[in-house]
Amino acid sequence: MALIEVTHLNKAYGKVKALQDVSFDVHESEVFGVVGPDGAGKSTLFNILTTLLLPDSGNATVLHHDVRTDYLEIRKHIGYLPGTFSLYPDLSVEENLVFFATMYQSDIEKNMPLILPIWQQLLPFKKRPAGKLSGGMKQKLALCCALIHKPTLLFLDEPTTGVDPVSRKEFWEILRSIKQQGITVVVSTPYMDEATLCDRIALLQNGQFIKMDTPQAIISDFRGTLVSLRTPDIFRLHKLLSNAPFRCTYYPYGEHMHIILEQPLEELLPQLKQFLDQHQIQFSHIQQITPSVEDCFIEIVKNSHAQNH
Amino acid sequence: MKLPFRKTEAIESPYSIEVKELTKCFGSFTAVDHISFQVKKGEIFGFLGANGAGKTTTIRMLCSLLMPTSGQATIAGYDLATQHKMIKRNIGYMSQKFSLYDDLTVFENMQMFGTIYNIPRKELKERIASSLEMLNLQDQAKTLVYSIPLGWKQKLAFATAILHRPKIVFLDEPTSGVDPIVRREFWDLIYAAASKGVTIFVTTHYMDEAEYCGRISIMSNGQLKLIGTPSELKERMGVDSIEQVFVKFVER
Repeated sequence: MALIEVTHLNKAYGKVKALQDVSFDVHESEVFGVVGPDGAGKSTLFNILTTLLLPDSGNATVLHHDVRTDYLEIRKHIGYLPGTFSLYPDLSVEENLVFFATMYQSDIEKNMPLILPIWQQLLPFKKRPAGKLSGGMKQKLALCCALIHKPTLLFLDEPTTGVDPVSRKEFWEILRSIKQQGITVVVSTPYMDEATLCDRIALLQNGQFIKMDTPQAIISDFRGTLVSLRTPDIFRLHKLLSNAPFRCTYYPYGEHMHIILEQPLEELLPQLKQFLDQHQIQFSHIQQITPSVEDCFIEIVKNSHAQNH
Repeated sequence: MKLPFRKTEAIESPYSIEVKELTKCFGSFTAVDHISFQVKKGEIFGFLGANGAGKTTTIRMLCSLLMPTSGQATIAGYDLATQHKMIKRNIGYMSQKFSLYDDLTVFENMQMFGTIYNIPRKELKERIASSLEMLNLQDQAKTLVYSIPLGWKQKLAFATAILHRPKIVFLDEPTSGVDPIVRREFWDLIYAAASKGVTIFVTTHYMDEAEYCGRISIMSNGQLKLIGTPSELKERMGVDSIEQVFVKFVER
């Protein structure tokens, strides 16, 4: 049974359409990822689902309650980690936790096992004002405060934006353990590589879901042949490819150039190699590869541009 | 010792940034701990590190926005201790937080920053026109900045930061949260600026972007321990991506 049901949701701020006809369900004990860049509409969606903002049209139920009318009931059973730090900076770490537990009339002792692995890392700073914690520690405290009433459903709005790769990895390990405790998680992120850690994802761009599925299904839906080649001349090659003698989409990907071809690689390989030699581009490791979610995002967006123009 | 009449004079050097034993303490906490490095003219230098490693503190010192506790640095040939004004005239800075004016138009923002840097009016008009053409924003010149998408804002902030043709531009997480396509367009702009001789000093949490840099350094606990080209570092650590170098290094 779906814990969140959203149908034809719309929200505009003046002329800006923040959400356009968004529909989806979130099922029990899944990690549902909303993946998209800043300004795509992620926070607007989260604010509606957490009953902080009213939609213009469409329906949304959270835990079988309508977000418009039953918001008090919804608020009791959800946890929310907003995109901006929203704890009390002048209360200590411990005081913040007690404050949130009291607000939700929940028992810290009883729910401690749920947050214990994270709370232990915070214990050395128990007396420190929350505003004086490092970025990573602030996030961990905010997570404890969002979990202390043992919510059925947890909303995390960009918990890892601006966070370094090691801390991001650590945060996702925590999320996995939360899921194992039976809590359903809805999380947003601008990092495409985190998408594969979700059970299902929705790719959000300009207020619309451009794709929604399991990461594996999105990857297997990739249209075209994705070719990767390694070159020290990434940006020179990037300029040259606009004059390639075959149709392709291309973009740098770390030290590789990714090229999406419409034909199988074997058919175009001689032509491609000739093109590279002709322009004296050094290269190695030229091969067809499995796309990442980032490749899929780029392919979908570029394709929809091509169809619109 | 520097004499007063030499306040505006720069020293000649192949390096646009030279840092020696730079240190910053906040009370008993050492945020930046005796770091030393050099960046060549026209180089794209990636400055990586975990959160709280001291990256932003370092950048703020190099931009002469924060006084070091000890150590020396020469920025664009000017001494950090005595030639603040000259440093500020010769660098561009794009901070982590979006710092254009939301309630001014695209054109007005560029005009304002250009005026602050004393670019003559006619010259400024021409530079803005060519910047907008490069960004493909000609039609948006009269649009208020708050209503344009984040990716465009970041590109606009970059173009504004290099409008006065600085020798060095400092970019603090310029692509954080930006979509994958615009992120790549942003790096095209960085390359175009670098090919004209501008030194780029950039921080990022996207490890694929670290691969686009000429050299990178990784900072941890206020110290700068690893520095080299992306391929050197991968070879040294015996891994095949910068992401793995980073994880291996920071977890140690």
